Amino acid sequence: MEKLKKRMEVYKYHPFSLVLRLLMVIVTIFTVGITVCLVGYILIKGIPNLTLDQFAWEYNTDNVSMMPAIINTVLMVILVLIFAVPVGVGAAIYLVEYAKKGNKLVKIVRVTTETLQGIPSIVYGLFGYLFFAVFFGWGYTFLGGALTLAIMILPLIMRTTEEALLSVPDSFREGSFGLGAGKLRTIFRIILPSAIPGIVAGVILGIGRVVGETAALMFTAGTIAKVPGSLMDSGRTLAVHMYALLSEGLYMDQAYAAAVVLMVLVLLINACSSWIAKKLTKG
Amino acid sequence: MKEAKERIMQIVFLATACVSILAVILICVFMFANGIPAIGEIGIFKFLLGTQWKPNNGLYGILPMIIGSIYVTVGAIIVGVPIGFFTAVYMAKFCDPKTYKIVKPAIDLMAGIPSIVYGFFGLVVIVPLMQKIFGGSGKSMLTASILLGIMILPTIISVAESNIRAVPESYYEGSLALGATPERSVFSAVLPGAKSGILAGIVLGIGRAIGETMAVIMVAGNQPIIPKSLLYGVRTLTANIVMEMGYATDLHREALIATAVVLFVLILILNSCCSALQRRGN
Repeated sequence: MEKLKKRMEVYKYHPFSLVLRLLMVIVTIFTVGITVCLVGYILIKGIPNLTLDQFAWEYNTDNVSMMPAIINTVLMVILVLIFAVPVGVGAAIYLVEYAKKGNKLVKIVRVTTETLQGIPSIVYGLFGYLFFAVFFGWGYTFLGGALTLAIMILPLIMRTTEEALLSVPDSFREGSFGLGAGKLRTIFRIILPSAIPGIVAGVILGIGRVVGETAALMFTAGTIAKVPGSLMDSGRTLAVHMYALLSEGLYMDQAYAAAVVLMVLVLLINACSSWIAKKLTKG
Repeated sequence: MKEAKERIMQIVFLATACVSILAVILICVFMFANGIPAIGEIGIFKFLLGTQWKPNNGLYGILPMIIGSIYVTVGAIIVGVPIGFFTAVYMAKFCDPKTYKIVKPAIDLMAGIPSIVYGFFGLVVIVPLMQKIFGGSGKSMLTASILLGIMILPTIISVAESNIRAVPESYYEGSLALGATPERSVFSAVLPGAKSGILAGIVLGIGRAIGETMAVIMVAGNQPIIPKSLLYGVRTLTANIVMEMGYATDLHREALIATAVVLFVLILILNSCCSALQRRGN
């Protein structure tokens, strides 16, 4: 109380400082408030709509079950990771462990990853459509969608892996070399194991993006509401499912339910990632 | 044998590093190769400056969509930048640790919510609200601007915050020692040092706003006409692609791809602005 009084005394002579302070507090409260509103509203309106038949195995016009879409989302995540993680981690290993300082290739790779990071998902979607569906003549396929998303999350995985590798102290490398291990052995036995938590945190962040993605999948993996029989069939993920429900406009209740599942899923995934990252920085 | 294995793996790693280069080249080649011929056929001026988008009559002018994207983005900046900026300053310099522990996760939460969920929220909350206040359908440029302004907040806040924190503490202390209030010290001594970093965050936010698709399409009304006021519906470049790509054929389809090319070029320009700013900051 005493402290506050003293502070007000100062503000009396500096009203503009007081205004700035109040403005910042109000705006921050607004930002937090909006987030709470958004999450709270969707949870409150959505949870009552989470009925059992929403989780039936079959999708049909009587019951627009989201179960196939949930299964598809999981499959999509696995498939995307199979493509993106080895490439992303390999590229990061090259950039950190092999490339010499001032290497031209490294500069080009940096520019291209920055570019990839900025491209909007709808442009990825159109590219995937033109490349996989039209140029390869696949049509709407699960595989095409997964490859498109793999390119999309590649820069994210590369960047987080790079940071994780850089945080491994050089003494580890020197110790390993000193014991006579080759470069490859050092990378796989010493460096990667110590960098794993950082890499996992990045990968989980990538999963979050895959789960929430809509625009890049509509014209690559298509919108068929079934679990695909093969990689060359079409199948919609949960986010695409939700868009389809909304654009038909007939299934608002089901859309609420899908929104809850989608949001909770993505938030859990992101929480996992930051939890791992926090563990990492603590020690 | 061991030597050979080392060499092979080095080449494998090198190859994976080149994947991102290959991806960018492929994306550029396929977008431009499919989009440019359509622009040529329609005529570049008719395409970029035509005000009529009527694919059934062979009229492919995307000026309403370009202007729509710009309007909505400017609106998002007007809504999002002041809020994001002041929140970032508060978080970086004035927040006590307890409050920070609440605010930071909220911002992270916001960054993680998928855009389709934002769009849904806009559709079921903001649109009816606008209907009540202003009448009409509620789907308008104003609604889209507000929603996008909220969506770009986490981008602006996290970039701005880390850049403000990167300014040496001595600037702040020096100013305090000269008798300035903490607020004055931050705004006159610390923030000028973080200027280009904060700008980079804003440009990043602009890029997100222009490229945003699923949220905008839900709340913008999507009429391909240049809006006369804030309360008119508007269609962005991204919405144009998503709405019509499903059934478009021939020149119509190519015109949509060309729309994406225009969007792509806009984003490339923004990105180079952003990295130039970041380089200057360093």
